[in-house]
Formats: sequence, C-alpha cells, structure tokens
Amino acid sequence: MYNFTFHRPTTVRQAAGLLARNPDGKLLAGGHSLLPVMKQRLAQPSALVDLSLVEGMTGVELKGRSVVIGAMTRHADVAKSDVLKEVMPGLAAVPGSVGDPQVRNRGTIGGSIANNDPNADYPAACLGLGATIITNKRRIAADDFFQGMYTTALEDGEIIVKVSFPIAKKAAYEKFKHPASGFALVGVFVSKRGSDIRVAVTGAGSEGVFRVPTFEEALKKRFTAKSIEGMTIPATGMNSDIHASPEYRAHLVSVLTKRALNKANA
Amino acid sequence: MSANGIGAPVRRKEDFRFITGQGQYTDDVVRPGETRAVFVRSPHAHAKIKSIDVSAARTMPGVIDVLTGAQLAGDKIGNLICGWMIHSKDGSPMKMSAHPALAAGKVNCVGDAVAVVIAESQAQGRDAAEKVKVDYEVLPAVVDPAKAQAKGAPQIHPDIPNNTIYQWHLGDQAAVKAAFDAASHVTTLDIINNRLVPNAMEPRAALAEYDAGTDNLTLWNTSQNPHVARLVISAFVGITPEHKLRVIAPDVGGGFGSKIFIYPEEVVCLWAARKVKRPVKWTADRSEAFLTDAHGRDHVTRAELALDASGKILALRAKTIANLGAYMSTFSSSVPTYLYATLLSGQYAIPSIYCEVDAVYTNTAPVDAYRGAGRPEATFVVERLIEVAARQMDLEPPELRRRNFIKNFPHQTPVIMAYDAGDYNASMKKAMEIADVKGFAKRKREAARNGKLRGLGYSTYIEACGIAPSQAVGSLGAGVGLWESAEVRVNPTGSVEILTGSHSHGQGHETTFAQLVSERLGIPFDSVSIVHGDTDKVQFGMGTYGSRSGAVGMSAIVKALDKIEAKAKKVAAFMMEAAEGDIEFKDGKFTVAGTDKSAAFGDVALNAYIAHKFTGAELEPGLKETSFYDPTNFTFPAGCHICELDIDIETGKVDIVNWTAVDDFGTVINPMIVEGQVHGGIAQGVGQALMEGAVYDQAGQLVTGSFMDYSMPHAHDLPSFHVGTTETKAPSNPLGMKGCGEAGAIASPAAVINAITDAIGSEDIAMPATANAVWSALQRAKAPKAA
Ligand SMILES: Cc1cc2nc3c(=O)[nH]c(=O)nc-3n(C[C@H](O)[C@H](O)[C@H](O)COP(=O)(O)OP(=O)(O)OC[C@H]3O[C@@H](n4cnc5c(N)ncnc54)[C@H](O)[C@@H]3O)c2cc1C
Repeated sequence: MYNFTFHRPTTVRQAAGLLARNPDGKLLAGGHSLLPVMKQRLAQPSALVDLSLVEGMTGVELKGRSVVIGAMTRHADVAKSDVLKEVMPGLAAVPGSVGDPQVRNRGTIGGSIANNDPNADYPAACLGLGATIITNKRRIAADDFFQGMYTTALEDGEIIVKVSFPIAKKAAYEKFKHPASGFALVGVFVSKRGSDIRVAVTGAGSEGVFRVPTFEEALKKRFTAKSIEGMTIPATGMNSDIHASPEYRAHLVSVLTKRALNKANA
Repeated sequence: MSANGIGAPVRRKEDFRFITGQGQYTDDVVRPGETRAVFVRSPHAHAKIKSIDVSAARTMPGVIDVLTGAQLAGDKIGNLICGWMIHSKDGSPMKMSAHPALAAGKVNCVGDAVAVVIAESQAQGRDAAEKVKVDYEVLPAVVDPAKAQAKGAPQIHPDIPNNTIYQWHLGDQAAVKAAFDAASHVTTLDIINNRLVPNAMEPRAALAEYDAGTDNLTLWNTSQNPHVARLVISAFVGITPEHKLRVIAPDVGGGFGSKIFIYPEEVVCLWAARKVKRPVKWTADRSEAFLTDAHGRDHVTRAELALDASGKILALRAKTIANLGAYMSTFSSSVPTYLYATLLSGQYAIPSIYCEVDAVYTNTAPVDAYRGAGRPEATFVVERLIEVAARQMDLEPPELRRRNFIKNFPHQTPVIMAYDAGDYNASMKKAMEIADVKGFAKRKREAARNGKLRGLGYSTYIEACGIAPSQAVGSLGAGVGLWESAEVRVNPTGSVEILTGSHSHGQGHETTFAQLVSERLGIPFDSVSIVHGDTDKVQFGMGTYGSRSGAVGMSAIVKALDKIEAKAKKVAAFMMEAAEGDIEFKDGKFTVAGTDKSAAFGDVALNAYIAHKFTGAELEPGLKETSFYDPTNFTFPAGCHICELDIDIETGKVDIVNWTAVDDFGTVINPMIVEGQVHGGIAQGVGQALMEGAVYDQAGQLVTGSFMDYSMPHAHDLPSFHVGTTETKAPSNPLGMKGCGEAGAIASPAAVINAITDAIGSEDIAMPATANAVWSALQRAKAPKAA
C-alpha cells in the first residue's frame, strides 16, 4: 500500500467536500474491493474518505411501494433484514450469496454498485428490479447507471446515498458461482412487477451487467420457465476466460433464467 | 491400549496454541534490529538482463542496501542444486543448469529474483524496489512441456539443447513390446496431470541473523527439513561452514512438499544479513507464493495397457514428459522417475512394464514434490487405464481389478519395488460394502429423475512411503541417506524429551510421538515433550515428507527407547540389588523376577542421575540415548477409494455425494489424526480433479496468480467422508506402520475422474473437470460423430 491521508466525515456534505479537496481521493465503504487493489499497489488514492461514520447511510426501510437501502448497509444486514425478507425475499438472497461471512459483514451495497465489478451480484438485482440509485446530486435509473465493466454513471465526487428498489411481486436470483472467487460466473435476476418484466444478467457479458430483451418479451405472455424453453442467447459478447467459454456462459444464462423463474414462481 | 497410548484418538496437543493464535511461526520471530528484504522480481518469463540500475533505489528512505546477482556471484555464493542424480538412457548424467539465488544476466520465469532491497520496513523496501530499473530484452518463452523439446522452441539454458534435462527409462522395452504384440486387448489413454500450486496456509518466510562476535549465522525458515537445508546451504551454496550455521524451523503452517526445498530467498537473506550486519527477514506475500513456491505434477503422458482375452494384464507402457520448470528444484529429478515409474504396477501383478520419461525445462516456476509426489501421477495412469479397460472389455471395474490383484507377498514388481505385505481385495471389499455399491443402480435411477447423471468411480492405489532405505535410494541416485534420528532424554524427575529429526508442520507429531513414548515407558502422556526443527538441538534429521515420520521417525524413537530400557534396567538392578537379568520392565515399573521388589520409572530415572547406588566404573550416570534408524524397505500403504457423484446435466456441475476410503496403513497410532490426514488428502485430490490448475499463458504469465483465479476446494465442495481401515503390518519397521499423509491425495483424483466418466459415458475429459469442462464433454458426447 502507498501512503494516503485518512478522513472520517460524519455527514454526506463533509464527505463531498473532502472529495472535492482531494481529487485523487477515494470513498471507502467496506473496503473489500478497494483495499485489496491498494495492497497490491494497483490503486494509489492520495486520500481515503471513510463513510462508516456518516449518518443516515445505513438501514433497510419500507417506503411506499419501494424498499430503500442505505448505501453503507452491509451485505449481512440486508440479507437478514426482516422487512426485506417479508416483502421481497428474492432481493435478500442477493447479498446473502456474496462471498463469505467476513465479506458480507464488511461489504456494502453502495460500494458494490459503485465498483460495478462485472461478476458482482448487486448490479443484477438493481437492473433486474429497475432500481433507482440515489446520490448526493440526483436520482439515476439502474438502466442508465451501469455502463460497462467497472464503469458507472457516477461523476467525480458523486456519492451514492441510497438505493431504492420497487417491490416486485415476483423476484428471484439464481447464481452460478465462479469456482475460484465465489462471485457470479453467471447470475440472473428475474422480476415481474405488473407489466414490467426484467431479466438481468451479471458475470456473463464482456460489458458487465445486461438485460435480455428477447427473454423479457417472451415472458410477457406468461412469466414461467416454459415461455423461454428452447430459447438461447448468442455467445458473442460473452466473457471468455480460463473459467468458462462464451458458449458455456450463454448456455448458463438460459439455464439460470429458467431456474430463477421457477424460484420466483415457487 | 491405554487412554493416551497407541491406538487412542487423543486430541492434538499442539492445537491449543495454534487455535488460540499462540503458534510461533517464522514471521512471528522478531530479532533486535531486524530489517526487511523485498525482492525485485522479473515480470517476464524469459529475458536477458541488459542492465540493472539500483542508484535511485539506494537513495530511497529507509534503504540499507540494494544487492544484485552480480554481487552474489562476486561473493562466490554458489548455485542452488538438485540433489538427486538421474542418468539418461544413454548413460549421460542429467543436465542441471546453473541456478543462482539472484538471476545472473538472464531471467527464466516470471518471479525470478533479480535484486533485493534491504530496508528498515517492508513498505520502504517495496517503495525502493519499484525504483530499481531493470532493462530487459524480452525473449520468446515456452511453457508447455510438450512443446519445450520441439525444434525452434526457445532454448532456456545455453548449454542444454532441446530444453531436455534427461531422457530416462525403466523396465524391459522388448518384453513389453512382445506382450503388446500378443495382446488381445489394448487400452490407450492420453493423460495430462495438471500443474498445481501448493498453497500452504503459511507462506514461505526466512529470517537470517549474523553474530559478528562468533561469526555464526542463524536462519529461521519455513522448512520441512531444517538439517537438509543447513547441509545444502553450507556444503553446496557455500554460505558458511555447516557448524557455523544454525537452522531453526519453528512452527510451520503446512508444507505439502513445497517446504522441503531450499529456495533462493533463504540464501539471499543469509548472505545479506552478513553483509548489512543486521537480521534480515522476508515473508512471502500470497502473490509471491503463487509465483515462486515449487509447483507440483505437470505431466503429459501416453499410457497403454495390454490384456489377454480373460482380462489378465500382460504389460503396461507409459511415455511421459515432465515439466520441471525454469530450474531444477532440490528433489525435482526424482519425482517423475523413481517416485513415479516404480509405482506403475499399482496393486496388480503385471509381468512387464516399460516407462520412458523426458524431463524438460520451461519458462515456468520450478516443479518438485507435492503431496504424493510422483505417486498420484502413477496412480492416475494405472487406475484410469484399468477402469477404461474394464469398460471397454465389458467387465465390472472391480472384477477386472480382482482378477489382477497381487495376492502373494513378498511380490517383486518389474519396476524395482518389492511389495512386502498387503491385502488389496480386503480393502476393496470393505470399501464396496461401506459405499453400498449394491444399491448404486437404484440411486442412479433416482438421480436421473432429478436431472442428474450419477457415476461411481474406483481407485485402488498403492504408494511407496516411509522413504526409506539409504542404500536403496542411494543406488537410485539420491545424494543423501533417508534414515531418521531420535534422541531420548530422560530427566531426573522422570519426564522425557524426545528430540527427533522428523519435522511437524501439521502432522501432529507432538501428540502421536508422545503417545508412543507414553505407552512404551508407561509414563503419563503429559510427561513427554517433543523437540524438533532446530539444528542446535537435534543432531541431524532428514525431515518430513513421503509419509516417513511414522514409519521411519517413530521407529528411530523405538530404537532409542529400547536402549533407554536397557540402561534403566542396569540402574534398577543396582537400586534393588538384583541381577540385571532378573529385572523386568512393564507398565512403567521395574520389578525383580520372583520377588515383590519394584521401582517406578521416575525413581529409576532419578537414581540414574544422582548415581548414589553405583560407581562410575560400574555404570555411567545419566539416562539419554540416541538412535539412527534406517529401514529395510519402503512401506506400501494401499487401499481403495470409491467416489460417487452427481452431474447436473444442464450445467455440468459435479457434486460429490459420497466418498468411501478404506486404507491399509498398517499400525495406526492415533485414528483421529489419521482420519484427518485422509480427509485433507482427499480434499487436495478432489481439488486437483475438479478445480485446481496452474495456468500460464503463452507469454509465460501465470494467469492463476491469485485465489480469484486459482480454485481451491472448500469444505462445502466435499461430502462427509466414510473412512475405514484394514490392517496388514509393515514388516520393515518395528511398529508395523506404513504412513498415511499422502494416501488421500494419491488415491482420489482417479476415483473422481473414473466416476465422472462413468456418469457421462465418455472418457473424453481432462483435469480439472470444471463444470464448463464437463458440460463441454457432454456436448461432444451428444454431438453426432464426424464421418
Ligand atoms: C473474498 C471476497 C469475495 C467476494 N465475493 C463477492 C461475491 O460473491 N459477490 C459480489 O458481488 N461481491 C463480492 N465481493 C466484493 C464485495 O461485495 C465488496 O465488498 C463490494 O464489491 C464493494 O463494497 P465495499 O463496501 O467493500 O466497497 P469498497 O471496497 O470500500 O469500495 C469500492 C469502490 O466503491 C467506491 N464507493 C464505495 N462506497 C461508495 C458510495 N457510497 N458512493 C460512491 N462510491 C462508493 C469506493 O470509492 C471504491 O472505488 C467479494 C470480495 C472479497 C474480498
């Protein structure tokens, strides 16, 4: 790790101010993505602005027909939230599938989304539910937020404060774990909220999380696995590495979508 | 059996300190004035070093010195060596390249150390290491062993054409050819034994301290055999004479073979400590461990089995290319030769065997012994061949095995080994019962209803352990003898210290060795302490590997305890004024035959030291004995593992649902520890079969350089194992022990792959059989065969 200065603001405003004064600084949430790359000296922020003491950034709340999760809420706390398990267990399952207990006890939803790792789980849930990412400056629809591997709509100095998920009647996540990292080799989130049907895929695409319009269209008739029986997506644009071929990833998208649909309908 | 004696499942003494974080590992040892060594490593797999500029690094804060390979050579520090001579077919000796501890002029793999920064702190050392400017001329690299010998392949070492270290063979080529010509059935397999990264929990570390007053050097290191390290570092590398060097391997957090070897970093720390006159410490980070620990396996093999119409094996033939990496590590040459080809007879009576092995250099990390070392590779060849042959001949795999099992002992195989005892059918029979093989067909139908393909795979393995008689290994090229030493010190109060040359780094010697002593002397288990891992305390020892600590290390203790008993009887005779011949020793008590006189072990110990009852002319005071034990043969643990698994047809994911292991380890001292060793070994073997694999790209970069890409087995990847034993005593050592440390890793890969291929009905799958690989194999099996 290289040297850096360390700041612990207590309000979002202070945090934003610190970022403005430290253009090479970075926000620190759970540190489970940022610190490993710093330890390997692949990232060299001049300052860390730790969000852990900032007020009002944690918790899972029911607000009308949405669930609102503070950006600093740890994966473990989202996973065990009674409110969430009651209204949308399919979403609670997403942080529950992340890493191991240590990671779940530190990692946060805000950090995960801001990082937009192409194999992360939360991006699938955000896109798969049509969530709104609320920052200190604006509200960004998930469809506009994720812009390719490790790239988001966030501007310099913009801080995610919370994420609002509309409650879908049917929602489920199906994850095929990466054999080494435990991230999603492929993960599929499906949901149905009235006529809004979404199938969002993480892990598979070389541009990060994406929706599958052909599946969504087919599911408009009936939201069941049967509706997409025999349907596939092309292997082009899928990731290719030593762990999985593009063909295999494309195949898993179909398989996992069907499994997620069965779960959502169960 | 007493509560803590031989055969009791005693809880491990050492675990208290490990589990409560009180172990003392090398990195925990802190010396006054300690500095940190940070290595500058090559980012290229193959390159000429045009120049190294350390001037900027030298001026960085906290930097004490920056040293390079040129200075190492200038100080006449010798090369690292491989200590096992192998001769090629044509009689020529193996071609060992120079292996300087810091690269001289050229780097041959990513991670090769080119310079070292000695700094006040780790962070300062890293900062400075980034300022060392190395100008490389990058050369083409070769990483694939099958391509290393090809015309036009980059030549890695100047004096070694075709990157070929040796072309070795064993067996009767003509007899094998005749048998194949006459065979009614031949099974042929192309096998890749995947390269593995050892991944011990504790990374390698070294701390060197120089005492200018005495001119002595001390090295704390993560070693499985500190005495061998001292020998090599003094006699070959020439750091300092043997008696001026003390090597201490304190608590060591796992080795799996990778900590047997002598590595560049230890040499450099010693050399640098004398130069800067301050202690120098290096602890590998995980990235360095991936790049520089000696890897395991990496064989490419074509194997063939010849059988007659009745299923009797006539001959076996194998041609293997073994990747030894960029340099020959300490015992690398022996692994694909005498630890491999000599086991190709498996548990079967095979009249003739012929094996050819080419060992090659590539631009990858050195490859050496890794849990099982050669024997997992041999077992995989033999057990895949026999399983496939059975399927091709429409025989049940256990039936083909039964027809060929060796039944009479001793049995001389055509590949050197003389098996002394075993009952192979007994272990297979017991394993088949525990695994409920009879109910398998029904379970397979049920699995099919849930979209799963169920498979059953066997592996009836054998290994040569307790490595072993010095004369035998010497005749095969070993540069050292493989006996073990023990010293028993009885204190005046009757407590006992055992100094052993066996090193414990996860095996639980502090417990099992104490069980032996407690039982043999009839003293409390807690009155025994085990001392190891320090060349100043233990006179000499060959260390722990090859499942030898029980069979060889404990046997040495037994021999020393025999001497203790003999001496103590003399003391007791004086004490009780009886003839020495009338003294009997049992359950910790000395008695005089035919009388009611007795003396406890503790009283005799005290009398040995106060020496009031005898004159110095009659008997030397004290009670301390030493023994060097050299066994008469290897030991031959063997057994049967059965793997039952499900494959998710849609995803190819393998789920092991049942694992049965029935092993014959001879005498078992502590069944709980033995079971733990078996569990760990199976986990490693399953890891190799299903997920692990070190992958280099064509430029020689290690793609699997972290746990994000290198898959290790987790507890949830494994079922609860059913572990049983059968027992035939090893005739070659006084305890009848065979060794259990490697069995699981040796047996299991073949069992997994045999089960997968049984499930998918195709032999077309390589290790690691990842979900993607299995799914692809299923697609290939489904696809209409091209005309
Ligand atoms: C061993 C291991 C296993 C893991 N397994 C998984 C897995 O299975 N699935 C998965 O999805 N993830 C996994 N992760 C990643 C984990 O979920 C991370 O915690 C998460 O991706 C990042 O969250 P964090 O709170 O740790 O963020 P940090 O590491 O603190 O920050 C990550 C990035 O986000 C920025 N940031 C943080 N908070 C905000 C904010 N409020 N507004 C704007 N920017 C912000 C930071 O500046 C930084 O650039 C794993 C991590 C580890 C170490």
